[in-house]
Amino acid sequence: MNLKSMSMAAGLALLASTSLASAAGELNIYNWGNYISPDMIKKFEKQFDVKVTVTDYDSNDTALAKVRQGGTGFDVAMPSQTYVPIWIQEGLILETNPGGMENFKNVAPQWANPAFDPGRKYTVPWAWGTVGVVVNTDVYQGDINTWKIVFDTPDELKGKVNVVPEMNDVLHAAIKYVGGEQCTGDKEVLKKVRDVLVAAKPNWIAMEYNTIEKMGAGDFKATSDWNGSALRQRLKNPAIHYGYPTEGFQYWSDNVVVLKEAKNVENAKLFQNFMMDPENAAMNSAFHRYANGIAGSEKFMPADMTSAPEVVVPEEFKKNGEILQTCAPEVTALYTKIWTELQK
Amino acid sequence: MATAAEIEKQAEAREIRTRWYLSAPALIIILLAASGPLLIVLLYSFLTPGPYGDVQWKFSTEGWVSVFLERDIFDDTLSFASAHLTIFWRSLKLALMATVATLVFGFPTAYFIATRSERTRDIWLFLITIPFWTNLLIRTFAVLQVIRNEGLINTALINLGIIDQPIQMLYTDFAIMVGMVYVYLPLMVLPLYASMEKLDFRLVEAGYDLYATRWQVLKRIIFPLVRPGVVAGSILVFIPAIGAYVTPSVLGGGKNMMFANLIELQFGQGRNWPLGAALSITVMAIVMMALLVYVRNTAGSEVRHG
Repeated sequence: MNLKSMSMAAGLALLASTSLASAAGELNIYNWGNYISPDMIKKFEKQFDVKVTVTDYDSNDTALAKVRQGGTGFDVAMPSQTYVPIWIQEGLILETNPGGMENFKNVAPQWANPAFDPGRKYTVPWAWGTVGVVVNTDVYQGDINTWKIVFDTPDELKGKVNVVPEMNDVLHAAIKYVGGEQCTGDKEVLKKVRDVLVAAKPNWIAMEYNTIEKMGAGDFKATSDWNGSALRQRLKNPAIHYGYPTEGFQYWSDNVVVLKEAKNVENAKLFQNFMMDPENAAMNSAFHRYANGIAGSEKFMPADMTSAPEVVVPEEFKKNGEILQTCAPEVTALYTKIWTELQK
Repeated sequence: MATAAEIEKQAEAREIRTRWYLSAPALIIILLAASGPLLIVLLYSFLTPGPYGDVQWKFSTEGWVSVFLERDIFDDTLSFASAHLTIFWRSLKLALMATVATLVFGFPTAYFIATRSERTRDIWLFLITIPFWTNLLIRTFAVLQVIRNEGLINTALINLGIIDQPIQMLYTDFAIMVGMVYVYLPLMVLPLYASMEKLDFRLVEAGYDLYATRWQVLKRIIFPLVRPGVVAGSILVFIPAIGAYVTPSVLGGGKNMMFANLIELQFGQGRNWPLGAALSITVMAIVMMALLVYVRNTAGSEVRHG
């Protein structure tokens, strides 16, 4: 083949590939990293003849800032419940009314009408979970259902505790620990919170996110953590257990929203409906290891999840949990100051 | 009629104009690319924080005030922002220590390489540049694997029976220093080598002939001659070190904030972009001033010695 015919062939191939891509639909998903099942994506692509592209973000604030700037080209995102009201208020998401979609009947009752999106006018459940403590019970055999592990560390765990540096999560835990209400701006309570945090810190070894690997390798013997992460740690080492602090722990939920600037609105709506199908939700859960809020998905989940105490909150602890809300900006400003003082 | 001198002058002026025109596009791009983003940062530092991140287009000096002063959240008194100062001092201290440590290790290394035969020099230099092929994050995680409790060193020491409990090295200041020296060492060695290569070793021999001790030779002959390399190397290490972010958080455990973390906090969970912008400019200004003083002083002494 000479050069001319080769370049012609290449040109034709290019033409063919672009026309193929434009023939089918597209869907651009903006999601947390490592949080979407590749198998489930393939299923969606096949079912609707849509090409899906996934882009990662690392925090709610990054996602919010980027989407607010506009021109992202994303159709779908997964903000957490504390951010959903902000996204709505800022006019970033489309009112797709998932509450009226075909598969909405599958949404579990406790997630069907959440405070952050009454009537599910904008959002579809993606995953939900809790924040608690993880302890290696080879090292500490006492009660692990308490924030004392982190804030009044038992001797066995001193210098071996990690705290995941999510400001809002740590502040919420500390507020509950001193007996306050979430999002409180009460200076008396916050003073106690500050003192508890500052006094607790010398017993911590680190403040980082990489808990699965570090708990597995024994660098940490306990940590504050998300439940899905706790499950993955226990599967690595059976001595690692997850505790639901009786002082109060948080429920969180991430939700599928369609952006106002979406170019593929129909596909995005299809995706929202698709995610409320129990089989699809289960496929996704099997990957990210969190519960999904879709009733009936348990049937399709792997056996090590349906019985896992990390995923299925034990009845006795349920009453101690609350859904984290969006705190007022001036309260967040106070929390930032405490957080800075803690880490100075 | 114009004289020959006038014509020549005109031609010269024309040529200067042409040069300016020709270089203008490049100059404009450099100016915009260098100062544009900085101006935006400066602008943002004088705006009001939006309730959920971003800024509102309302002039405010609150961002700058809170760089230096903090309002106590409990008794509402204004005081010096000691938290910011503590964090800045930590970054500065670490950067200075890393600079000194890389100099201590880099100087003999560069000297060693510069005194090899020409062919072996290339091999040594090549070895020095190898770490650059790998991403910073991966190199940092490699250090972590070596020093963690179940890492290379501790496992070896335990198996040899020297210790029976692992030594806690990870998440200490020692770990941060090891990481920083490892990561920044090539940046010190290369400029040092560049100036040592030019060193005329006959001067060293002359020094010995005149009964100078080894220490005197080092201090009064070698060091003054390679000073430009020391300055360049120190600057190359110090500047990235003061903004270091990855190494301290991976090896130090992120318990204590670095200045870079403090800035990141304001753009992320803290939702105070103007403060973040003001902090960025502050640290930039301080580093710039320190460097100017440093370069001016060392340049002056170079003239004296040289």
